[in-house]
Formats: sequence, structure tokens, C-alpha cells
Amino acid sequence: MTSKQKKVLYRIIIATVLIVVVSLFCKFVEPDTWIEVVLYLIPYFVIGYDILKKAGKGILNKQVFDENFLMAVATVGAMLLGDFKEGVAVMLFYQIGELFQSCAVGKSRKNIAALMDIRPDYANVMVDGEIEQVDPDDVEVGTEIIVNPGEKVPIDGVITEGNTTLNTSALTGESVPRSAKCGEEVISGCINMTGVIKLKTTKEFGDSTVSKILDLVENSSMKKSRSENFITKFARYYTPAVCYSALALALIPPIISLIMGMSPNFQTWIIRALTFLVISCPCALVISIPLSFFGGIGCASTNGILVKGSNYLEALADTKYIVFDKTGTLTKGVFEVNGVYPESGYTDKDLLYYAAYAESASSHPISISLKKAYGEKLDLEHVTGIEEIAGHGVQATVDGKPVYAGNSKLMKKNGLTITQEHDEGTVVYIAIDGAYAGCITIADVIKPTSKDAIHGLKKSGIKTVMLTGDTKKTADKVAAEVGVDMVRSELLPADKVSEVEALLEKKQGKENLAFVGDGINDAPVLSRADIGIAMGALGSDAAIEAADVVLMDDDPAKIALAMKISMKTLRIVRENIVFALFVKAICLILGALGIANMWIAIFADVGVMVIAVINATRALRIKL
Amino acid sequence: MKKTYKVEVDCANCAAKMEEAVKATKGVKDATLSFMTLKLKVEFEDGADVNAVMQDALANCKKVEDDCEIFL
Repeated sequence: MTSKQKKVLYRIIIATVLIVVVSLFCKFVEPDTWIEVVLYLIPYFVIGYDILKKAGKGILNKQVFDENFLMAVATVGAMLLGDFKEGVAVMLFYQIGELFQSCAVGKSRKNIAALMDIRPDYANVMVDGEIEQVDPDDVEVGTEIIVNPGEKVPIDGVITEGNTTLNTSALTGESVPRSAKCGEEVISGCINMTGVIKLKTTKEFGDSTVSKILDLVENSSMKKSRSENFITKFARYYTPAVCYSALALALIPPIISLIMGMSPNFQTWIIRALTFLVISCPCALVISIPLSFFGGIGCASTNGILVKGSNYLEALADTKYIVFDKTGTLTKGVFEVNGVYPESGYTDKDLLYYAAYAESASSHPISISLKKAYGEKLDLEHVTGIEEIAGHGVQATVDGKPVYAGNSKLMKKNGLTITQEHDEGTVVYIAIDGAYAGCITIADVIKPTSKDAIHGLKKSGIKTVMLTGDTKKTADKVAAEVGVDMVRSELLPADKVSEVEALLEKKQGKENLAFVGDGINDAPVLSRADIGIAMGALGSDAAIEAADVVLMDDDPAKIALAMKISMKTLRIVRENIVFALFVKAICLILGALGIANMWIAIFADVGVMVIAVINATRALRIKL
Repeated sequence: MKKTYKVEVDCANCAAKMEEAVKATKGVKDATLSFMTLKLKVEFEDGADVNAVMQDALANCKKVEDDCEIFL
């Protein structure tokens, strides 16, 4: 509790004790009414002086219809009518409710802050041979920093020394640690688990992943949802409307009674009007909606989904079309060996061995994937005379044998006959010692979760589309495998925009279209779609900037999860709106009819608010 | 130009009123206040004197909600 909250708590305790003492005293001693008034005024001022002061200031500043005013009028009115105990009690319960609300909001704020506690406090920099801890903000690009086990990686960089495993769960929601070797890039915000590593920073702290994520999440509640705007607007009309109704309730029935020649019964009607005022407080509505969204966004970020605003979380629930980019979104976007076809006399391993050595000098993506598939460290003494033949492949001597590795043109040029034809992806043909030895196929691999992700989305009635710049053949194959409803291939970036625009025309009413992509060329489409979803780990900065939702671990299955969180959050929001309005409406009617007394009124105000806040914090704990 | 300030305010409705008050201040183009993060983001008109504008904004906020603070 903050000191402010503690102060209110003490006042509540003191006032409660005083009320008990005073009411016991009045019951047994039965003093004159004026003594009773004075005695009840003591706890009343203890608990309510700030409310009265605020109400007074509000009137001076022409801000009449606020909660403080409502409470002041209701309690002062009750006192004037002789209900001293009720007057003090209303004030007391109002303060208890406020304190509870303040604690609940503070707690969820803290919970979310803890979730997002990825801000690194320092970076270890070598200065004159000694390690010094400096503010990550002061580290320049290209500086060598040291990250010890247990520390957070403060700035994005490339490992120059050491191997380790990294815990990326704060960023991606992925609980399996990732191993990182020398030469690999690591992003800030990961926790180094096993080994000491040296990094050469590639970005400034402000541009590093961790800063960007923090910035994003902190600003997410700035973009307000439609429901939130609706309620704020609603409250603006609602409060004055209720105040005037209360005034009417206090005046009109007695006046009519007077005209009709009956007793005006002023006291009854004023009590009803005051009850009416207490019930009407709009706080339950106003607080619970942003709190629910904030909880939903917090829950999404623990699962590696960054939502850039409450409005986007809201929009996700109405998504009816999801358009996917292929490379890097449904596929891994990296080339991998997916087939090895050796001639007799060679094993898979042999073929990869010769291919990897022949290609050992190249940094072409194909060479890298061959080396990766071979998997063992290359001893460059085995290979001599590497020669690159542009547009064909390479020629080298491995273990004294001449080796050719390349496309079919290279084979033909050297008079070798290919016995097997392959047409998927890229094919590397290999000849060893003057004879054709087999081929290796390399292709972009579909992410393991893509198929399930598309299947799940389709089951919940969403139309899935895949757009790609790739050839029709490759695109159709991927589309068939993952099972998207529609595929468009051989598109230029501008074509993607027009395809998405055509789909946007087709959708009706509240339906939303989401685009999922990762590349720089996806940025225009990401901003054109109702919701842009970017792949965070693989994605380009431009794509992440343009997107509204970022999937930190590049897993397309997270889209369905994000939609689920969105729907549940919205359900909580609706529950709160309906519940609060319903209870208030009933109590208002009962109050006007004189059935509901002050105690029911307090429940309708404070009780409803507390229930709404508790319900809102459920959003933080949405389970899959 | 945009700037972010830390604020202190107790209730959500008051936060909404503060936001309105800052928006209505001369020299402010747009403003958003997040009750959850207690942060106020202000976009200023071109050529506005940021400090003077924020003093006015704070005074306007105090009018609608006495118990609030903007940490300038």
C-alpha cells in the first residue's frame, strides 16, 4: 500500500471505531438530538473531510456533477433528514470502496509491470582491462559487452566469444531455452543461462529489441478501445442526467401531491432522491473496462504476443479473414536440406560430406544450409582448389578427389548424366571423382505449427488466404500442405496491397481482416489491413513498426491464441458493462419507488465496483 | 512534437476528465492519458512553448480534478 492508501485505511479504522462508540452511547444514554448530531459529525468529518473539500472545490470550479459532489449531497442530505448513522455509513463505505479499488488497480499495475520486467539495468563493458557496469544507454554501437550467466542481455548484438543457452521466455513466451553459438545474433531481453558470452553490440540501447518492446507495451493502453471511448462518453452524459433525475425525484412528486391537496411528504422523496444519487456512481463502468483490456494485453505479452493497443485487442475478436505472407510466416524463411538422394556406393552422409566441403568457402544461403545439414565442424585441410563457377556451382578437390557441386548445367558442362530429376525447391547435383554421385534438394521448410494453426483458424470460421511473391508451383505446394482456402502467387509488393484491398471490399460490416507478414515489403500491407500482425523474431524492423500485433516467437499458432485472449477479454468487458448497468438500473428503479434503502444503494455503488474490478483482473489470467 | 509525462490520479473517471482538460488547453494538439500506466502523452501544436502550455494544462486539470498531479 502507498502512504496515501495507508492514511485512508487509518481513517477508515478510526471512523469505524468512532461510529460504533457513538451509536452505543446514543442507544444507552439517549442524549438530546443536537448532542447526537455533534457526536456523529466527528466520525463524519474524519472519514469525509476530503470528499467535502473536493466537492466544494468542484462547485467553485464549475465542475458540479462528480462523484464527490454526489457523495457530499447524499450524506449531508441524510444527516439533515435525521439519518445520522446512515449518512456517516455511506461516506465510510464509499471510502472503503475507493480504497479497495485503488489497491486492486495498484496490484494489477504491479502484476503487469512484473510480467514486463525485462528492462536491463546495466551492461558489462571492458574498460582498461577491467569489467565495469555502465548504463546500457551509454553503450555505443560496436562495443564489446560481457554477459554473465543469470544476467539479461542488455543490448542486441552478435556473440564474439563463448557459447550459451538463452532463456527467451520473457520475449517469446517460449519456455524451451535456445542455444546460441559464437557468431550468432542475440536479442536483448533474453536471460543468459549457462555460459559467459562476449557480444559486439549491433544497435544502440534505444533501438534494441528490449527497449522497443517496453515502449510498445507501455504505450498500448494509450490506444483506447471503442468500448472504453463509449463508456467515457456515456459517463459524460450519464452523471448529469442522474443528478437532474434525482432533483426531479425530490421535487416533482411532492409538488404534485401538494397540487392534488395531499401531504407533500418531502422527507420521503428527498431520501429516495439521495439513495438514487448514491446508486448512480459511474465508477464501476469507467474503471473496469480499461482494467480488463490492460489485463488482456498483459496476458498476451506473457504468451509472446505484443498487442500495440486496446483497440487492436478489441478488433482481433471480429477477425473473419486472415491473409498470410508465405516466406517467413507460414514457412521458416530459411533454406534447409529436405532430401538427399545418393547414387549406389554413397551414403547420405557421404554426399553431404562432399557437398559441404566443396561449398565450404561460400556464404551463399544454399552453402550454409548444406554445411548445417552436414552438422560437423569442417577441417579445411581436406579441401583444396575451390573454384566458383558463376551461375553453375563450385568445383573443388576434397580428399584428393575432384568434386563438382551445382546445378544441372554444371553437370552437363562436364559431360555427366543426371539419373534423377527433381523439381521441388533448389537441387544441388554432385559429382565425385568424375562420376555422378547423387543430388541434394534444398527448400524453405513449412513451420511445424503452420498446418495446425490454419486448421484451427478455419474451424472457427475464418477464411485464410496466402499471398506470395514465390512461383506458382512452390506456392501451390505449400498452400496444399498447410490447407489455406485461397492462394495468390507471383505477386509484387504492390500486388499484395491490391489483393488485400480487394478482400477488404468484400468483407461486411464489423468483420476485420488481418494480415500476417514479416518482410520490409509487407509493411504497406500491414498498415493497410485492419490488423497487421508481424513476426517479431524474424521480422524486419519496418514490419514490426507497421504492425499492430507482434508475435515474438514467429509461431503462426499464436494468432488463434491472440484471438482467444481478445474474445475472452471482450466477454469480461461485456459482462461488466451489462452487470453494472443492470444492477444499477434495478436499484435505481427500486430506489425511486422507495423499496431500496441506503444500504442497497451502497451495494449498488461500491459492491458493483468491487465485483467489476475483480472480474476485470480475470483478464490477466486467461488460460488457454 | 510529443512528450510523455507521469501523472498521479486516483480514479478512472477523473483520469478521463484530466485527459479532456489537457486536450482543451491552448497549444495542445492532442493528448491521451492512460489510467493503467499513469502516463500522459501530449502532442503539442507547432511552435508552442511546451513549459507554458503544460503549466496551463496542469491548472486546467486541477480545475476538473483537484486531487491530481502531472510531474512536469
